[in-house]
This record gives sequence, C-alpha cells and structure tokens, in this order.
Amino acid sequence: MASLKEMRNRIGSVKSTQKITKALNMVAAAKLKRSQEQAENARPYAQRMASVIANLAAGVQGADAPRLLAGTGEDQRHLIVVATADKGLAGGFSSNVIKAARERINSLIAQGKDVKIIAVGRKSRDQLQRLYGEKLVRTFELSEHKTVGLHSAQPIAELIAEMFENGEADVVQLFYSQFKSVIQQVPTGAQLVPAEVQTASADNSTALYEYEPSEEEILETLLPRNLTTQILAALLENQAGFFGSQMAAMDNATRNAGDLINALTLQYNRKRQAQITTELIEIIAGAEAI
Amino acid sequence: MTGKLNFSLVAPEREIFAGQVDQVDAPGVEGDFGVLPGHAPFMTTLREGVITIYEGNARRRFDVKGGFADVNGEGLTILAEEASEIVA
Repeated sequence: MASLKEMRNRIGSVKSTQKITKALNMVAAAKLKRSQEQAENARPYAQRMASVIANLAAGVQGADAPRLLAGTGEDQRHLIVVATADKGLAGGFSSNVIKAARERINSLIAQGKDVKIIAVGRKSRDQLQRLYGEKLVRTFELSEHKTVGLHSAQPIAELIAEMFENGEADVVQLFYSQFKSVIQQVPTGAQLVPAEVQTASADNSTALYEYEPSEEEILETLLPRNLTTQILAALLENQAGFFGSQMAAMDNATRNAGDLINALTLQYNRKRQAQITTELIEIIAGAEAI
Repeated sequence: MTGKLNFSLVAPEREIFAGQVDQVDAPGVEGDFGVLPGHAPFMTTLREGVITIYEGNARRRFDVKGGFADVNGEGLTILAEEASEIVA
C-alpha cells in the first residue's frame, strides 16, 4: 500500500497534468477558430477555380487535352500524397488519415502497381517510413512555416507536377482529413491527377467564349495552379481538423484527469481517516491500560 | 449602358472584393483590357500589374501578381495568385 505522502504526490502530479491538458485545450480552441476561418476563406477560390476548369475542359477534349487533365492513359504508377499533422496530442487524427491511405496503398500493391508516397507532416512521415521504407520518396514538414498558406502548398504541387511530367506517376491521389465539424473529421482520398472535373455545368455558353491566349494555353497554366489550390485547401482543412481533434482529445484528457483526481482524493481521505482512527484507538487503549 | 457589373476578386487565401461596379480594368497577358457590364464571354490569363475598379466616381486599385480572368453572363471573376489593395 502506498503511503499517504506518495498518494499526495500522485494527486499533485495528476493535477498538474490536468492543468496542461486544460491549457492545450484552450489553445486549440483559439487556433481552431482562426484556422476554420482560413479554411472557409479559401473556399471561394477553389470553387471558382473548379467551375472555370469545368468550363474549359468541356471545350478541350481528346488528344490535344493537357496531360494533367487527361492523364497519361496509363494506370501503372501511382503517387500517393498523405497529409497529416506535424504534432500529436490530437487523438486519432493523423492515424485515421494514415489508415485510409494504407488501405489504398496496400490494395494498389496487391494489384501489382508501382506505388510512390509523399508524406506531408511529421506524423505521416514517421509512420509511413516505418511501413513502406523506400517507397516514400519525399517528405514535407509544415512547421517550417508559422502558418499554412500558399507557400506550404506550392512546393508540394511543384514536386507532383514534376514527377508527373517525368513520367514517374500516372495517377496522383491525395489523402487528408476533411473538416466536417469540430467533432467530426473524415479521412478522404481525392484524385489530383488526372484532374477530376465536375460534370459540365448546365449553361452551354462555352462555345461563345473568346480565349486569350488559346484554350489549351490557358489550361496549361491553370492546371498546375489548380493543383496548388487543391493541396492548399486540403492543408487548411487538415489544420482546422487537427485543432478540432486536439480540442476534443484534450477535453477528454482533462475530464479523465478530473475523474482520477476525485477517485484518488477519496482514497487518500479514507486512508487518512483510517490512520487517525487507529491513532485514537492506540491512545485510548494506552490510557485505559494505565 | 445598363446596370452594373458583378465583380469578384478572389485570392487563394480569401475573397478580396465582391460587389457591383461600373467598370474594371485588368492587365491581360496580351494587353490590358477593360470590362463593362454586358461584356461578351471572355477568358484570359493575367500578368503582373494593376487592376482598377470604377464605382461611380470612386476608384480602387489592386496590385495583382498573375492570375486569371473569366467574364461570363453573370459577371467578371478574377482569380489572382496574389492581390493586395493599393492604398492611395
């Protein structure tokens, strides 16, 4: 049985842990608000971009379509981009994304495809490195920059475009966590290349469009940019999801610590009282003996 | 000239401007162009330069770094790579 002093120490250490989780919970809540705003602010751009590309793609089809849009016509080399967080203490946030990606990767390997992996975020690097070793071709860390922005998405997009141009990849997929709500994040796989185009919008005004320069040239410059936009959107969703998940995890931890403190305090008090009772009995017994 | 032009200027991080204006001048790769309400559908990439928005007598100017303009029946949308307002 632990002594009273040991128990006091134990309660003290749980209390300070609770303080930390509580603080982290509040920090995550504050950051969540900001990153949620950021993710929402970035949405109009991504939406417009998608609709413009849908418009353009309807006009350019067949052999002369850019390869980022149409693909290489092959399905052998797959590039999987797995985006998670850099830090932990957020429940199963990163593991959930990695789990979804792993299912996909394993099924591709089972089909005999060549798989290459790019890890974004320290958590995905650590896990994927261990699981797939040399299939992991590059890793990116988000904490190089203070905030997630275009500067975080650009290098990733450039690498993807480069690998695609060099014929190292036919299909590119991105795994990230979609931010549904503070308590719900859904691991999602999105196809980046060949670009998934929304089914042509209802208006058929495309024929009347005037292009400057040509449709093909516009698409040529637009598609790499679209890649960046999609990655940025995913990173921002990831960030919001991360803080949401961290908030929930820390809230849980704080509550658990509270429960533990209550249980320990109860135990401590019982023991203390038992000791006092014993001491009293000893004194009384001693007095009677005299 | 009837009505106003629906214009929105969007950067990757956020929507910078959205509203009804009289005219927008923008730097296209093949030359500057102006858009008035009722412009024919038109699409172009942008080079680095200045976008000017005319609202009555007021003007607002924005610095843009590359991007893309799309004029359709609903109005003009500029997707800028980077954009910031020039405070006169």
